[in-house]
Amino acid sequence: MKKTEEKPYGHTLLKSPTGIQGFDEITEGGLPAGRPTLVCGGAGCGKTLFGMEFIVRGVTQFNEPGVFMSFEETNEELIQNVSSLGFDLDDLVKNKKIVLEHVHIERSEIAETGEYDLEALFIRLGYAIDSIGAKRVVLDTIESLFAGLPNQLILRAELRRLFRWLKEKGVTAIITGERGNETLTRQGLEEYVSDCVIMLDHRVTNQNSTRRLRIVKYRGSIHGTNEYPFLINEDGFSILPVTSLGLNHTVTNKRISSGITALDKMLEGKGYFRGSTILISGTAGLGKTSIAAHFAEASCKRGERVLYFCFEESPNQLMRNMLSIGIDLEPWVQKGLLQFQATRPTFYGLEMHLVETHKAVNDFKPEVVIFDPINTFVIGDKDFEVKTMLMRIVDFLKLNQITALFTSLTTSGTALEHTDTNISSLIDTWLLLRDIELNGERNRGMYVLKSRGMANSNQIREFILTNHGVELREVYVGVGGVLTGSARLTQEALENAEVLSRKNDIERKKREIERKRKKLEAKIISLYADFDSEESETLKMIETEQDMIKSLELDKLKMAESRKA
Amino acid sequence: MPDKENPDLKIKEKKPRKTTKDMWILRLYVAGQTPKAITAFSNLKRICEEQLDGKYSIEVIDLLKNPHLAKEYQIVALPTLIRKLPVPVRKIIGDLSDTERVLIGLDLLEAS
Repeated sequence: MKKTEEKPYGHTLLKSPTGIQGFDEITEGGLPAGRPTLVCGGAGCGKTLFGMEFIVRGVTQFNEPGVFMSFEETNEELIQNVSSLGFDLDDLVKNKKIVLEHVHIERSEIAETGEYDLEALFIRLGYAIDSIGAKRVVLDTIESLFAGLPNQLILRAELRRLFRWLKEKGVTAIITGERGNETLTRQGLEEYVSDCVIMLDHRVTNQNSTRRLRIVKYRGSIHGTNEYPFLINEDGFSILPVTSLGLNHTVTNKRISSGITALDKMLEGKGYFRGSTILISGTAGLGKTSIAAHFAEASCKRGERVLYFCFEESPNQLMRNMLSIGIDLEPWVQKGLLQFQATRPTFYGLEMHLVETHKAVNDFKPEVVIFDPINTFVIGDKDFEVKTMLMRIVDFLKLNQITALFTSLTTSGTALEHTDTNISSLIDTWLLLRDIELNGERNRGMYVLKSRGMANSNQIREFILTNHGVELREVYVGVGGVLTGSARLTQEALENAEVLSRKNDIERKKREIERKRKKLEAKIISLYADFDSEESETLKMIETEQDMIKSLELDKLKMAESRKA
Repeated sequence: MPDKENPDLKIKEKKPRKTTKDMWILRLYVAGQTPKAITAFSNLKRICEEQLDGKYSIEVIDLLKNPHLAKEYQIVALPTLIRKLPVPVRKIIGDLSDTERVLIGLDLLEAS
């Protein structure tokens, strides 16, 4: 593992990477090395686990042995508790990588009889540290001492000494503390630990619980100041540093088909940009899911992996419904190219959804992610949070060059171009589906509201769901508005009739000219005939005349002969 | 460090109990010869002499020399006095300068 203990400017604080997913990103390297850090929070917020993961990952990832001094749980309990997270603590203890030290003080067993100090605690801790050469120490929860030992004055002085001693030892320490009423910790431990304070929080809003982490202070280091949602799952902690993502994702000019030829045509004939974010919005029952399913199918056909989050339908229901318009998704599921993630949005909090999305995307590594629909997240007045969450998702997906398709249900009565989640600014290609009510019919219309980076069609198309998928038709724009459905059909019939009559006209004219030609030809023939007869008569006459001339000459000769002239 | 020279045991109005029982085994945890450790030891010796009539043994454990021994009885504060026998185990912290509290802690005196 690469250590982040680089010193670009010489005096930069050394940091000790925790290995906790996401934490080293928001702290730019981890906890302050060789110093104590206070981790505070209410009951059940994950303080102990945070400390334990710091220790375990320290061993497994950074080869830094650690001491976990527990004031609450016994070693056996600790081993059991973290085994569910896949940490084999027992093994690490046996291999002398981790020392678990359980410190137990029972107030009722202790009688105080004068001056004392906590030197024994120092000795125990020091002994544990030295026995394995520990670099990391966790004290969980040292405030238990306050319950066990009556003399607060001594205790406070000793704690101050302890933290100084820890610094001198050069170990990176985590001290956990229970959250107090007005202070960060019940006993004001923040007074003693001033280098780094981390607050964990477990909040329930609208019956959804969310865990959050915030870095209250981090002396000598830049750090994210936001509240970061985190999750404790079977892999331990996972913190989302997503708000720190910038707008510097690389873009591609590659285009991918939407699965609907006519829609591709509207988008310069090429379809969506890869890695872009597409929103399909519209009122209920307009075929948003159908467009999404087309896209899913087209992507699978290209051999890409598709992750489909459905928040309203079960995968089986969705597949059955899509089969009715001729989209068979099941083979792709079986091939492992298509994966459904079906959860109710209310099932857990927004951050949890975010984390789950991250996790699912990281596990499945899809090229295309579909969210159907996103506005179900909006429960109560959480617009802002939903928007932030979606922004995080969009940023995250863009960074990974994943094409995202969202559907959003527009509630009737609101402006069509309004999305409940107000995410339009995050969207690259926005397809708007609208219903067009005319002549007692409700038809579907679709147009491209915007599409960044392409010369998209400005036309409204009629959107028809057929048993072989979605079809887009030209619509007619007339005086009464856009014509769709049967009005469009009527219009089409009218046009057809006109064409027909024109065709008839042409035929008729053709016939007439033919007739005229024939008449003319007949006339010519008869004239020829007249001429012929006249000619032959004339020839005959000429012949007769010539014969006459000959006979006259002959007669003349004969006469002369007879006269013997 | 057993200490059995204790000629005149004075049982005062404090009505000590269990002095007739078997051997008391006491263990005093310290870390080096600190003033608190020295005070604690002399206080302990005095109290034992006064109360236990020679039936006791005191073992002083220096955690600086044997740090691993702190774990056994969950020692946190120093000095700590452990009454190993008679059972139940008792734990007393501090330099033992409050005699009454020591006696209560050792079960030699009922808490008033």
